[in-house]
Amino acid sequence: MIEPLWEVFVRSRRGLSHTHVGSLHAPDATMALRNARDVYTRRQEGVSIWVVRAADITASSPDEKDEFFDPAGDKVYRHPTFYEVPEGVEHL
Amino acid sequence: MDFQATIDADGRIEPRDAMPDGYRKTLIRQIAQHAHSEIIGMQPEGNWISRAPSLRRKAILMAKVQDEAGHGLYLYAAAETLGVDRADLLDMLHSGRQKYSSIFNYPTLTWADIGAIGWLVDGAAIVNQVPLCRCSYGPYARAMVRVCKEESFHQRQGFEILYTLCNGTPGQKAMAQDALNRWWWPSLMMFGPPDTASTHSEQSMAWGIKRHSNDELRQRFVDMTVPQADVLGLRVPDDGLVHQDGRYRFTEPDYTELYDVVKGNGPCNQQRLSHRVKAHEDGAWVREAAAAYAAKKEARAA
Repeated sequence: MIEPLWEVFVRSRRGLSHTHVGSLHAPDATMALRNARDVYTRRQEGVSIWVVRAADITASSPDEKDEFFDPAGDKVYRHPTFYEVPEGVEHL
Repeated sequence: MDFQATIDADGRIEPRDAMPDGYRKTLIRQIAQHAHSEIIGMQPEGNWISRAPSLRRKAILMAKVQDEAGHGLYLYAAAETLGVDRADLLDMLHSGRQKYSSIFNYPTLTWADIGAIGWLVDGAAIVNQVPLCRCSYGPYARAMVRVCKEESFHQRQGFEILYTLCNGTPGQKAMAQDALNRWWWPSLMMFGPPDTASTHSEQSMAWGIKRHSNDELRQRFVDMTVPQADVLGLRVPDDGLVHQDGRYRFTEPDYTELYDVVKGNGPCNQQRLSHRVKAHEDGAWVREAAAAYAAKKEARAA
């Protein structure tokens, strides 16, 4: 019997996003949440926890990361620093 | 970037990156051994939970032992990102194919030993672990950041136990001195064999897994700990200890004892392992019941 692996995400305080903190094994989602509370928030590290079955996550492949992310490389005009601001113009 | 370029640039390797087989194997061995040490380390301290001298001490000790379980879990999770299963790692611990730190094969005879473990054993662990927060393998480094944050509570609570004993009756102070006498040498051995005899060190340094040599870390520990012993008013049991040019020269521990304990001949090796196996077997029905309940709920939802 192998318990499924769950990835754990914790919101450290209100106003911040959930961040991946690690993983754990549990038979179901309820137990995964309880275990995550004990393993990852013993010192009030969070106000909210998400658990997601690791098997349900689709990830981009590290082997294809160049092809995958390259298209953004030549679109420098997406950054504000691409534009020249004439002398004396403020609040732009 | 390929593996070596990432290492050379002091970057981090992440779970699905290509990596040499040896790098993966070394990390699995080291992280698993580290995780095993955390959970076996619960035993010598758990031994005193029911006999802690006050409710305050008992609550603190329980929190600390729970932290050790948590550290084990962070580390098993980090090891699993390398493609191994926790259940298999536990099997290897139980069958003796993987090791844990030999320091936990010494007994905790008195309450002062709980102080000595926090102060010396956790102190040595911090010296070993702080550089691991910059280890080249991302998940291990991140787990170590969490562990190190929690260890400083462990070390301080140990020091506080000894400080209280050292300011108590002569008998209590003698108990603290006796604990230091017994834990000093095994604590020095926690840094592993001397550099001249260390088998894995060079490659681990090249891979950015290890950042400092065993002897460097041992020296750092001695320099940090001796002045703390002075504050306690305890004597470090080393006649060769000399303060010189801002550092302490000290006597090396007897490494034949280290090798002997690693081989399984320490005072508590058998007890630690058989207790772990028994706890695992006694918990089997809980795991089975939880799995059966999860399966039943899933069947109903379908």
